[in-house]
Amino acid sequence: MWEYTDKVKDHFLHPRNVGIIDDADGVGEVGSLACGDALTFYFKLDENKKIAEATFQTFGCASAIASSSALTEMVKGLTLEEAKKITNEDLADYLGGLPKEKMHCSVMGRDALEKAISCHLGEAEKEVEGEIVCECFGVTDIEIDRVVRENHLRTIEDVTDFVKAGGGCGNCHDRIQEIIDGIRGTVHPGRKKSPALTNLQKIKLIEESIEREINPTLKKDSGKLELVDVDGNRVLVRMGGNCASCIKSPVTLKHYVESKLRELVAPDLTVEEVQ
Amino acid sequence: MDVIYLDNNATSKVAPEVVEAMLPYLSEHYGNPSSMHSFGGDVGKKIKEARQNVADLIGATPEEIVFTSCGTESDGTAVRAAIESNPDRKHIVTSRVEHPAIKNLYETLSKKGCQVTFVPVDNEGRLDLDYLYKSLSDDTAIVSLMWANNETGVIFPVEEISREVKDRGILFHTDAVQVAGKMAMDVSATGIDMLSLSGHKFHAPKGIGVLYIRKGTKFAPYMIGGHQEHGRRGGTENVASIIAIGKAAELAKQHIDDNGYACVGELRDKLESKLLERIPYSIVNGDTKNRLPNTTSIAFEYVEGEAILLMMNEHGICASSGSACTSGSLEPSHVLRAMGVPFTAAHGSIRYSLSRYNTEKEIDFVIERMPPIIERLRELSPFWKQKEKLNS
Repeated sequence: MWEYTDKVKDHFLHPRNVGIIDDADGVGEVGSLACGDALTFYFKLDENKKIAEATFQTFGCASAIASSSALTEMVKGLTLEEAKKITNEDLADYLGGLPKEKMHCSVMGRDALEKAISCHLGEAEKEVEGEIVCECFGVTDIEIDRVVRENHLRTIEDVTDFVKAGGGCGNCHDRIQEIIDGIRGTVHPGRKKSPALTNLQKIKLIEESIEREINPTLKKDSGKLELVDVDGNRVLVRMGGNCASCIKSPVTLKHYVESKLRELVAPDLTVEEVQ
Repeated sequence: MDVIYLDNNATSKVAPEVVEAMLPYLSEHYGNPSSMHSFGGDVGKKIKEARQNVADLIGATPEEIVFTSCGTESDGTAVRAAIESNPDRKHIVTSRVEHPAIKNLYETLSKKGCQVTFVPVDNEGRLDLDYLYKSLSDDTAIVSLMWANNETGVIFPVEEISREVKDRGILFHTDAVQVAGKMAMDVSATGIDMLSLSGHKFHAPKGIGVLYIRKGTKFAPYMIGGHQEHGRRGGTENVASIIAIGKAAELAKQHIDDNGYACVGELRDKLESKLLERIPYSIVNGDTKNRLPNTTSIAFEYVEGEAILLMMNEHGICASSGSACTSGSLEPSHVLRAMGVPFTAAHGSIRYSLSRYNTEKEIDFVIERMPPIIERLRELSPFWKQKEKLNS
């Protein structure tokens, strides 16, 4: 069974703003029956060009329904410029997080919002851009590229969780890996040896990993990690928030932070705490 | 909130009599059945009884019963044994709707040079027998087919197929995990060489399985070790669980002999017919004529299975779904896809599987609660609205 947050359950069992707006200013439709989830999103603007009303209809699992419901709540009162800035991560955050395998529901929400805004601005329905990589779910290289960059994805599995690509027959796995490698500037370890990172790249990657991966997890226990320095392969950090006083923080440091950084940055890193 | 458990093909309640029978073997009677002292030897006698009970359930002799850790182990052992004891044969025949317990083994074996034929099923889940027989050759080491499908309950004519296969000198294995305790079985009158059972599907605990090996069948053990199970499965016996599965087999046999599954069948039929009557655009998946008496898989069109299950969960009703989202995979169940169930229906398929512990009151409650759940989700679904528009 999935571990959904209370907020996801609430938005699933009591979805807000269900329905159709007949004279909508923008409509965005994404997904299909075959894919297992689909969302139609509607909005109406007020005289100040702010979103006065937003509604949805969704076919899909609990997290798809909850993501749609959350989206309609989040955009209310925003201008289109502001609404455009909502990312799939914002949507997931609003719900207190989604299981990793369900992140594609948040991406679907973001896509529907974008489509509705394009529809309002009179932009022609974009032709399928790029080249289809995943034939099972009709996902293009451009979509994969975007989601890898925006969400700092690292594996084929991640890509499947976020946009479904690679979740069917699996024929496209090599192509997805190429796209990831192209963006991350690394070569898959199974094929060629990955080039060593420069110091600057390493520090940047460590910073990014702490910000994107580690701190969001620690935040659930009101903890925080701050990067102090990087000396060769030694990563010096300071524990903040609840972590500072938690007796288990040395364990967290070794078992979670160090292993995460080894996985994401370089396998020979060690993490040390400085006061 | 009371739980209404309609997910017995996933696992079942451990019968209170079974718990009672096994508990002393987790406490005071801890002897090793292989020991020379009577403290252990007495435990050996209880295992003998259990073996007899399991044999009686399926129409075998006790020497043909090997205890394993689960259905998956039994399945894997059977198929590997067939390959190992027929080194000049590299072909396996199975169906497209097997349980993952065995389905995933074939991928591994394919990589090791085996050729696997997956026999298709029709849109009611019935096996294409012509295709099956035509695929057999001198290179075929084993035919392995499930006796009944876990998702739809559809029964394959395993008795007939096993005889045909045996006549051609090919080994036959069946995964009978879903059949045990749900209908009468008599392996002696069939051509079945090996058969797998799993305790927790018929009211024994998890962690105990059975592999039936017909006397005289060429066999190679998977778990090599001591002399236990006549050298066919090494390792000290899981005594308490063996005693438990023996008791569960005895109860299951009694239940079948008393025609108890006719009552389960009546409850299933009531549930199915009432749901179809009260919920428009709902369809039964699979052949309703040759089906386990406890199972029904119903597709509710235009809604998604995980959402249905979670709403049922709010009422304490437990069932399963063939939808993609429940499994973490992105595609609906391979069984429903093999049957060609359209996506509109596959994503919204719910499997209800009953047991002798279900009551009519529970079934009435489910019949009451299901229609509003489906209606509510259809209200949310854009496809339902489109469909209604098209109809009007």
